[in-house]
This record gives sequence, C-alpha cells and structure tokens, in this order.
Amino acid sequence: MGITRGFTGGARRGGDTRLPPGQYDTGAGWPVLSAELTPQVDLDEWTLTVDGLVDRPTTWDWRGIHALPPSSYFGDIHCVTTWSKFDTTFSGVSVDALLQVTGVRLEATHVFATSTTGYTTNLPLSDITDGKAWIVWEFDGKPLTAEHGGPVRLLVPHLYFWKSAKWVTRLELRDHDEQGFWERNGYHDRGDPWLEQRYQGDA
Amino acid sequence: MSEAGTEPTRTEAIASSWTTAIVREVDRSTAGFVRLRLEVADRQDHVPGQHYVLRLRAPDGYTAQRSYSIASDPADPLVELMVECLPRGEVSSFLHDVVEVGDELEARGPIGRWFVWGGTTPSICVAGGSGVVPFVSMLRYARRTGTDAGLTVVASAQTRARLPYADELESAGAFIALTRENQPLPDGSERVAAHLYPEEIAALADGVERAYVCGSVGFVSFVGRILGEAGVRSDMVRVEQFGPTS
Ligand SMILES: Cc1cc2nc3c(=O)[nH]c(=O)nc-3n(C[C@H](O)[C@H](O)[C@H](O)COP(=O)(O)OP(=O)(O)OC[C@H]3O[C@@H](n4cnc5c(N)ncnc54)[C@H](O)[C@@H]3O)c2cc1C
Repeated sequence: MGITRGFTGGARRGGDTRLPPGQYDTGAGWPVLSAELTPQVDLDEWTLTVDGLVDRPTTWDWRGIHALPPSSYFGDIHCVTTWSKFDTTFSGVSVDALLQVTGVRLEATHVFATSTTGYTTNLPLSDITDGKAWIVWEFDGKPLTAEHGGPVRLLVPHLYFWKSAKWVTRLELRDHDEQGFWERNGYHDRGDPWLEQRYQGDA
Repeated sequence: MSEAGTEPTRTEAIASSWTTAIVREVDRSTAGFVRLRLEVADRQDHVPGQHYVLRLRAPDGYTAQRSYSIASDPADPLVELMVECLPRGEVSSFLHDVVEVGDELEARGPIGRWFVWGGTTPSICVAGGSGVVPFVSMLRYARRTGTDAGLTVVASAQTRARLPYADELESAGAFIALTRENQPLPDGSERVAAHLYPEEIAALADGVERAYVCGSVGFVSFVGRILGEAGVRSDMVRVEQFGPTS
C-alpha cells in the first residue's frame, strides 16, 4: 500500500530486529489488557488442574506447585495490540514438569486453558511442550500482580500474549481444537507474532 | 446486521484484510482530540463497540498501527473516530497534528466481538475520558433504532472540556460526572467535583443485565468495585482498557 503522507515514524521507531512485524517496544511500561474485571484469587483456595487426555489427572495447590522443580523464562513478550516488552523474567514451573506428572495420552493434540474468570484459550499441544510454556507466579522477582494475571498465569511467550491466560486454573488436553474466548471473538487460532497472525483470516 | 436486537455471531465474515480509508473530515474542536471521519473502501458494517486498526507507513516501509474505537452509527456513510493526542504518542500525535482532509490511511476492521452492544441487553456503559468513544456509537445506534431505553451511558472526565462529545452525550441523556469541576444540575443544584459515587452508579445500574466499562486501568478497576457494590456481578461486566501503562 501507499506511503502515509508526512509520516516518517515517531518516538516508537526502533528498527530493532527483535521486534516482530507491526510491533513496537513499550520500554519499561507494561500495558494491562483484559476483557473482564480483575479477580481477587485467594492463595489458600487456588488450584491448578491438568486433566483431559492424560494418564493421571492432577490438581496442585499453591504448596504443591511450589514443590515442582522451578523454571524461569527470560526474554520478550508480544501483545496483539502491537506492544512488545523486552527482557522480561517470569518464574514458576515449566508446563513440561506438570505433564511429566500427569503423563500425556497419545491421542492428545491440543490444550484448552481456562481461567477463574471463565476466560479460555486454545493451543496446539506442541506450543506448550518442549520448554515453550510455563505456569508463572513471579515477574522480575516479585509476585505477579492480579492485573497482570496473578497469582498465577500461563506463559507462552512465543505466541501473542492473549494465549498466556491470566488467572489460569485448568489445562485440559484434548484430541481436537476448539476456539477459546478471543479466538471466537475474531482473533487468530494460533497467534504467531512473527507471522503476524493477529486476526481470523490472517495466514 | 444493523437491525435492533442483532448480536454478532461467529459466523460473520471478519475483516481479514487491509483496506484504504480516505480522510473526509478533520475536526480539532475538542482540545487535545482529533475527530476523523473516514470513507472506508469495501467497508463492512460494524456493531457498536467495535474498533478499527489504523496503520501508518513511512517512505522506507516502517509501519506503526494502533486500534481506535468507532464512534459512528453503523448507518453513517462514514466511519468516525475520536483520537486523544498523547504527547509524543507515535500514532495519535500524527493523526492530531499532521492528518488533513484527502489523506489516505490504511485501515482494517471492524474488529472485536466481545465489547459490542447489539441493542437487546439492558446495559450500563461507564466511560473514563476517551473511553466514551465506543459508547457514542452505541448511543447513536440506539437512538436511531429506538432501543435507547435499554442503554444507560455514564461518562467521567476531569473537566467538561476534556470530555469528547460532551454536548451530544448530555442531550442523549447520559450521566456526566466531572472530577475537577462542579456541574450545574437540571434541578438548579450542583454536583460537586468528585469521582463517581457508589450511590450514583447504584441508581443508574438498577435492573441492567450487563455493564460495559471503558477507560484506563485504574478507572476500570474503580468502576468494577462500585458496580460490584451496586449488585452488578463481575461476570456481567465487559471491559476495554486503554490508557497509560502502570
Ligand atoms: C481496542 C482499543 C480501542 C481503542 N480506542 C481508542 C479510541 O477510541 N481513542 C483513542 O484515543 N485511543 C484508543 N485506543 C488507544 C490507541 O490504540 C493508542 O494506544 C493510543 O492512541 C496511543 O498510541 P500512540 O501511538 O499515540 O502512543 P505510543 O507511541 O504508543 O505511546 C503510548 C504511550 O503513552 C502512554 N499512554 C497511552 N494512552 C495514554 C493515555 N490515555 N494517557 C496518558 N498516557 C497514555 C502509554 O503508556 C505509552 O507509554 C484504543 C486501544 C484499544 C486496544
């Protein structure tokens, strides 16, 4: 398409090769985006369940999940509303560690994540295994705040951030794909920022 | 799609490609804002509450894109946006300072299926500042289709001058709450400058089945709290946030 008359790029212009197409660096900021009010989740009542097509459906409480081997992610995150945030550190456990406990049945191909608010998102199993996804409760060494999904959120940093369900409470393994909240509401089923898969209909 | 009572469904085609928007009107009469009226090629009808993405392109191919809620009624031949100019904001300051009638922008939309009102569900809409834009579309639509009995709009801003569409909102019966300016009320008394109070919201939210809240993160959590006190359950509340990052 044509050039926008008079536009040369403003303060956000980085030319950084770490930015996926159409993204800008939000710097120290971390915008909050959610479709619902922020819930207050009580740690004494918090649980995470992994079930569906697994050998041993398992529910962890706050202490139980801390007994698993810790794991951290250090790197960038990308939101579909076009901001990216560099060099974030999130700590918790790897989704692989959970699946090691539950086992994965051969038929499982997808995962459906659900939050305490009822928010849902769908992912291919291959996007949350092999060191690609975490269940996290710390950001930059501090407890994850409620507005950013605390106490515990899913983290799938190689996909747009709506896939990293805030306030996650259940991962259900399935043998088929079913759209989650934003996917039903017009956003892409996979959401790879490097392929700019923002909305339904993007390649 | 623009008939009363139609909620969008997932089977509708979604705007999957970029198109061209020609700027037909530019209005800077609200200080700090620019109102743009666009002629969108191959336009698809929107549902009030949806937004467009605008993309700017520099001569060397660099692009910047941001989302803007639609203010216009679906029946309006043009698409209207109201953009708040942020100091050093890459896209908003360009739209505010540089754009002129006749310019072409890249646009994609309408987008979003959640923060939409189709005319049927009795709802309260609570906006902080520029968060009022999607509710202007809902109000215009409701008035045209005669469904405005089901829609209560509440708009909060620091001062009246900082509230886009203040006159239109007022004449459509919206409740305006200014936080830094006293306001004369129809009964001759005055509303003293203050944030929305729980009693104000409780009276307006009586009988609603849904609430829409749009504004900054702090505003949204404040309104969520007072809606809760007024008996509006959190699963009835739909949220759209834009504004400064914490
Ligand atoms: C669904 C959706 C609908 C939107 N609808 C509208 C709309 O109708 N009208 C509108 O004006 N904007 C709207 N926005 C916000 C818009 O997309 C941009 O974020 C905004 O215009 C800033 O972009 P920019 O390029 O000018 O600023 P950038 O260069 O991106 O800089 C933004 C910087 O300013 C800060 N900032 C952002 N917003 C504010 C604010 N309100 N006050 C103070 N600081 C701020 C940010 O923290 C950031 O540091 C919407 C956003 C979304 C996601």
